[in-house]
Amino acid sequence: MNRITKLFQEKPNNVLNIYFTAGFPNLNDTTTVLEALQESGADIAEIGMPYSDPVADGETIQQSNQVALDNGMSLKVLFQQLQGIRAKVSIPIILMGYINPVVQFGIENFCKKCQEVGVDGLILPDLPMDEYYEEYKPIFEQYGLLNIFLITPQTTEARIRRIDEISDGFIYMVSSASVTGGTSGITDTMETYFNRVNAMNLRNPRLIGFGIKDNVTFTKASQYAAGAIIGSQFIRVLQDSTETTLHNNIVEYVKSVKG
Amino acid sequence: MTTLEQSLYSVDKKGYYGKFGGAYIPEMLYPNVEELQINYLDIIYQPEFQAEYHALLKDYVGRPTPLFYANRLSEKYQTNVYLKREDLCHTGAHKVNNTIGQILLAKKLGKQKIVAETGAGQHGVATATVCALMGLDCIVYMGEIDIKRQAPNVARMKMLGAEVRPATSGSKTLKDATNEAMRHWINNPVDTHYIIGSVVGPHPYPDMVARFQAIISEEIRWQLLEKTGNENPDYVIACVGGGSNAAGAFYHYLDEPSVQLIAAEAGGHGVNSGMSAATTFLGKTGVLHGSKSILMQTEDGQVIEPHSISAGLDYPGIGPMHAHLWDSGRAKFFAITDEESLTAGFELSKLEGIIPAIESAHALAVLPYLKASANETVVINLSGRGDKDLDTYMKYL
Ligand SMILES: Cc1ncc(COP(=O)(O)O)c(C=O)c1O
Repeated sequence: MNRITKLFQEKPNNVLNIYFTAGFPNLNDTTTVLEALQESGADIAEIGMPYSDPVADGETIQQSNQVALDNGMSLKVLFQQLQGIRAKVSIPIILMGYINPVVQFGIENFCKKCQEVGVDGLILPDLPMDEYYEEYKPIFEQYGLLNIFLITPQTTEARIRRIDEISDGFIYMVSSASVTGGTSGITDTMETYFNRVNAMNLRNPRLIGFGIKDNVTFTKASQYAAGAIIGSQFIRVLQDSTETTLHNNIVEYVKSVKG
Repeated sequence: MTTLEQSLYSVDKKGYYGKFGGAYIPEMLYPNVEELQINYLDIIYQPEFQAEYHALLKDYVGRPTPLFYANRLSEKYQTNVYLKREDLCHTGAHKVNNTIGQILLAKKLGKQKIVAETGAGQHGVATATVCALMGLDCIVYMGEIDIKRQAPNVARMKMLGAEVRPATSGSKTLKDATNEAMRHWINNPVDTHYIIGSVVGPHPYPDMVARFQAIISEEIRWQLLEKTGNENPDYVIACVGGGSNAAGAFYHYLDEPSVQLIAAEAGGHGVNSGMSAATTFLGKTGVLHGSKSILMQTEDGQVIEPHSISAGLDYPGIGPMHAHLWDSGRAKFFAITDEESLTAGFELSKLEGIIPAIESAHALAVLPYLKASANETVVINLSGRGDKDLDTYMKYL
């Protein structure tokens, strides 16, 4: 069974998904970060595939993308780094990134590599739903990859239902209309939106992302969904670490979020 | 506004030109883009919309712009050269044809705020201008490097009441200004309309902007008929950054195979110099700013930072319609170097008393390559005037 599906069956609440950019802060930190995430009790690791033009991302993640690219990160390098990772890391791994580098790598080749190294799911925010459904879905399924869609407070009910119907794993519920890196926390308008989606009785569990940064926001978000996703704040933790403090900082931070 | 609904070269129902186009956007932009997709044609073909659009083009922009027979230029190149004088539009370039259309659309959609990106500053000025005219708030993102090389346009935008925000990421030019404008729209989805300045972006932007710019070839046809008795020239030449002035100049000739369509891209220091923006020579199929097109990129699919002396052509992609015109062979593409464009800019100034924008000078620089004959007719779209580029020109005087 896909590790993401299995996770939600075994743990329907308080799921913590942590995003980090591959090759950041240093090229070879990818596996160090993954191992530290598993050790500290993160439930899902979401690895960002860096891109020169990440339009849905705020400054923090943009800069981490640029640093990673300057470090020499690419899909080729990432798959090399992930070779053999399943001997050490058993939590679900998701690759997140923009469609262009994936298309240049070759969709089929990309999916094959994902399966080889043990990737469970993909988040490709600029892949159109229809294109996914008509062209990509069969290939993703062939290689055991779940495609995770985003919804926002502006996504219509009909579209949410369609997403729920054609995807598996979980739905990424963006907390507010914004790029990543916001600091608003969870507001009343967001609660209305979360409740509205919860009342829809969807097949797929939801994780709330954007603006989650600590135990307070994680706990609050977890009341309205199966758990939450942290990105920019974790990137800041990585940014403020040195080679020697990286591992401990990660473990300490993740533990503090889980409380 | 006459239109092409059945053309091989117009957009299909899904937003594609052949294999290029589409709407590759994050979910956060979906509701806004979908709203446009559903409504844009209905809104812009309403009789009141058309009446208002055409009245503003006439009384505010100063259309029709002249089609000028360039006598001395024609003599030099032993052919018949007509200049479509978009440089005489209010604000100094063709960009305003689009911003007039889009600001009327934004009002119909009930938006109170406008965001835009700009390269040379011409689109930023054209957007700031229509925002002042209509009383809407205006934020323009501009690359930090472009802010320096197009200072007069920055001053104009500010005077017109717009807020100019520097884009400091990546190459700090047009591509990055576009990223920032998209992020701004993601953060402000309800009250803001994004006025894209070229035939790029997710569907329906390329088609919508092309329709607003199509006025250029609509006028060329009747003007040429009046002057020569034939509405079809042998060649139409335009520069291509994203491709909006070219789309407008080509639009009504797309289905006239006797008219050769010629696009001038920015060759920079030369196509093989590593300092170029000649997308069709250096790019391959890729996705940027919401559409699939031809894109300058590394083997790993990272977007390459282009180079051109002209801020308006300094972009690593072209609109999907142009990718299709290139792919199908309907249009021929030239890469014009920085130096060739400067030479052409000085030549037009001295021969005809017209100082062109450096962007437009790229189109003029095709003439020596064209080898048109004495009985042929060449229309060059003079997309803008050179006032904004005097600093650059002066360095070479
Ligand atoms: C005068 C002029 N011509 C051409 C361009 C290039 O844009 P497009 O290719 O969309 O016409 C610009 C862009 O700023 C411009 O200012």
